[in-house]
Amino acid sequence: MTSLITLKFGPALLWGLFATGILTLLMATSQGLGWSRISFPYMIGSMFTSHRGRAMGVGFAVHLAVGMSFAVLYALVFESWQWATWWLGGLLGVFHGLFLLVVLMPALPDLHPRMASKHHGPTPTRQLEPPGFLALNYGHSTPVLTLAAHVVYGILLGLFYPLGGAVL
Amino acid sequence: MRRPDARYAPIENYALIGDCASAALVGKDGAIDWLCWPRFDSPSVFAALLDAERGGSFQVRPAGDATVDRRYVGETNVLETTFTTETGVLRLTDLMPVGPPEAYRRELWPTREILRRVECVEGTVTVRVVCEPRLDYAQIDPVFDDRGAQGFFCNHDGAVLMVRSEVPLRLASGQSVLRGEQTLQAGDRRFLSLAYDEDAPAVLPLLGDHAERKLARTRNYWRDWAAQCEYEGPYRDAVVRSALTLKLMTFAPSGAVVAAPTTSLPEAIGGERNWDYRYCWLRDAALTLRALYELGYEEEGRAFFSWLLHATRLTAPDLQVMYDVHGNTNLTERTLSHLEGYRQSPPVRVGNGAYDQLQLDTYGELVSAAYEFVQREHTLDDWHRRLLVSLGNEVCARWEEPDEGIWEVRSGRHHHTFSKAMCWVALERLVALHEEGYLTVPVERYRAEADDIRTAVETHGYNEDIESYVATFGGDRLDASLLLLPTYGYKEATRPRMTSTFARIHEELGQNGLLHRYPPDTDDGFTSEEGAFGLCSFWDEEMFARLGRLDEAREKLGETIGYANDLGLFAEEIDPDTGAFLGNFPQAFTHVGLINAAITITKAEREEATTLYEHPTPQ
Repeated sequence: MTSLITLKFGPALLWGLFATGILTLLMATSQGLGWSRISFPYMIGSMFTSHRGRAMGVGFAVHLAVGMSFAVLYALVFESWQWATWWLGGLLGVFHGLFLLVVLMPALPDLHPRMASKHHGPTPTRQLEPPGFLALNYGHSTPVLTLAAHVVYGILLGLFYPLGGAVL
Repeated sequence: MRRPDARYAPIENYALIGDCASAALVGKDGAIDWLCWPRFDSPSVFAALLDAERGGSFQVRPAGDATVDRRYVGETNVLETTFTTETGVLRLTDLMPVGPPEAYRRELWPTREILRRVECVEGTVTVRVVCEPRLDYAQIDPVFDDRGAQGFFCNHDGAVLMVRSEVPLRLASGQSVLRGEQTLQAGDRRFLSLAYDEDAPAVLPLLGDHAERKLARTRNYWRDWAAQCEYEGPYRDAVVRSALTLKLMTFAPSGAVVAAPTTSLPEAIGGERNWDYRYCWLRDAALTLRALYELGYEEEGRAFFSWLLHATRLTAPDLQVMYDVHGNTNLTERTLSHLEGYRQSPPVRVGNGAYDQLQLDTYGELVSAAYEFVQREHTLDDWHRRLLVSLGNEVCARWEEPDEGIWEVRSGRHHHTFSKAMCWVALERLVALHEEGYLTVPVERYRAEADDIRTAVETHGYNEDIESYVATFGGDRLDASLLLLPTYGYKEATRPRMTSTFARIHEELGQNGLLHRYPPDTDDGFTSEEGAFGLCSFWDEEMFARLGRLDEAREKLGETIGYANDLGLFAEEIDPDTGAFLGNFPQAFTHVGLINAAITITKAEREEATTLYEHPTPQ
C-alpha cells in the first residue's frame, strides 16, 4: 500500500498516456491477429469524418486524450482511498471495461452520428456496423479482449502512478 | 480429347469485374464462380471455378431456362447479362463499385463490395438467388448471423462478410447458404450486395437509390477512364477493352499489375500445367509500361514503374521472376488437394514455385522499362540510378550462366538465346542512359561485355542449318520469344537473320493462324500438350508491321482478335483446333500484346514503328 496526499496531474497524465498506448497496442494486435474487429480510434474518429484515413488519425488523437482523462479519474480514486496498487488498478479496469461493454456499446448507435441502429437497416448517413451487446458483432472474442485490455490499463496505472514522473 | 464436364462452363464464358484490388469472374449463367478478397492473391470466397461441388458461388438467375446475351455497358467494366425466358426478360447488372478519390472522402465505403442489380425488363420472371460462400479456398463453411434489416453477417478471422438483399433471403444448410426466390414484374428492380470489411467495424452497404447512384458513379468512373485512351485507330474497341481489362488487373494501392486474377486454370485439360498467376512478373515490365504510356495512362505508368523498382530493390541485384502485389518475395507454392480443379484437372496450386528461378532476360526487361520511363518522364531518382547500375554489374557477372528462360520451364537451366540477347539489351540501354546523362556506368566495360554477348548470340544462338535463331545455344529448336528481338532493339526486323527466323517460326510454331511459344514436343518438364499462346500471335503481327507487310499484319491481327470471347477478353492460351480458352483468364500480358500490336501497326501505317527505342542497333 502506498500513502498518497494530493492528486498528481503530471504522473496521472504521463502514465495515462503510457497505459492508453499499451491498451491501443493490445487492441490493435488483436485486430491484426484476426481476433476482433473492434477499433476505438476508428469508432471515435468516424464520429467526426467519413474519410476513413482521417477518421483513424482524429480517432487516435481523441482516444489518447480520453485515455489520459480516464487516468486522472483513476488517480482521483487512488487519492481518495489514499492508496494505489496494481490489483486496485486492475479492479478499476474491470469496472471500466464492463461499463464500456455493457452500457456504452449498446448505446453507441444513439450517440454516434454515423452508426446504424440495430433496429433498422443502414442509411446514407448511418452506415457503420453497430457493436451490439458486449460488442459481440465485432467477433466473439471482443468482450474478453476489451476487458483484458482495460484491466491491463488499470494495472499499469496502479503500478506506475505512485512512482510519480512528470511535474505539471 | 476429354469430354467437357457439364458442371464447368468453358473459360471463355466468363466475364471479369473488379475494383483495382480484387476481381471476380461472372459466368453467363449469372454465377460468380471466382472471387478472392481482399486482394487478388487472397484466399477465395467463391471457387466453383476450381471445384464445382464445394468451391462455392453466388448465383442470380431466372428460375427456369433462358437464353443469355451479355455485354459490358459501353466502355466500362460494368457487366450486363440479359436472360430471355418464356415469360419475360431479366437483366442482371454486375459491378464492383469504384469512384474518383473525392468519393472516398465524402462517405464511408465497405472495403470491398460486389453490387448486383436484377431488373425485370419485360413480362414476368422469377429470379432465384443462391449465395454460397466457401472461405479460404473452400476449406471453411461460413456461419451467417441474421441481423434483420442490416443483413447477414459472417465473422471470420478478423474479417466480416456481409450480404444485403432486396430479394428476401433465408438461411439454409446450417446457416452457410443464403437462398431466395421472388417473382418480378416488368419495371421491378432489386439490388443485392456482398461486402467485405476487416480490422474494424464494418461499413454496411446501401441498397436502393444509393446503390443506383453507386452504379452510376462506377459507370462514369470507367467511362472517364476509358475516354483518356489516346489510341485512335481501327482497333480502338479491342484496345480500349484491353486497357480496361489491364486496369482491372492493376493493384491500385501499389501500382502492380497481376498476370491474371486466377490460379490453376489448366493450360492442358487433364494435364498438370496449372499455375497461380495472381502475381506480378518482371518479364512483362517493359511492354506493359510501353502499353500504358502509349495509351496515355501516365499515372498508371508511373505507379507501375514505382512498384517495379520498389519490389526489385528488396532483392537487387538479384531479380526474382515474380513478386506479389506489394513486392514481397516469398511465394512458396503449395497444392490444395481438397479441390478437384477446373474440369477435374488437378492440381490446384497457390503460390508459384517459379519465383526463385533464374531468368536472365528480366534484367533486360527491367532496364528497358527504366529506359522507357526516362524517355517519358525525363527523370531518375538517385536510388533508381544506384539500383540500375547494380543490375548492370550483375549482368556483366552472370550473363554466361544458364537460366530457366522466359517461359520458366521446369526442365532445368540452359543457355537461352533470348535471355542472352536481353542481357545485351540491359547493357546497351544502360549505356544509352549514361550518354543521355541520367546515370553513370563504366561505359567501356559495359560495351565490351555487350560485344561479347552479341558475339555469343550470333555464334551459338543462330543455327546456320535451319537459318534461324534458336531457343538455346547450339540447339535447333525455335522459340516465339525470338520475335521480340526487334522490339527490344537487338536486331532490326528486316535483317536477313531476323526475316529467316520469322519464316522458320511460322513454319514450326504456327497452327491455324496462331503460334505456339515453342514446339509442342519440347521437354519443358511436363508431358501434356498446351495450346497456342495468344500473346505470341500478337508479337507475330508486330513483326509483320515492322517488316512493312502491313496488309498481312492487319489481316492477322483481325484474325487473332477474332479469337477473343464475346466480351473481348483473352485467356493465356487458345486451343488452335477449337478456339477454346486454356490457362488463366483473363491474362494481362495477352492484352498488353494486343495493345502493342495495334499501336505498332497503326504507327507503321504512318511509318513511325521501329522498336521500343529511337535508335535501334542496325545489325
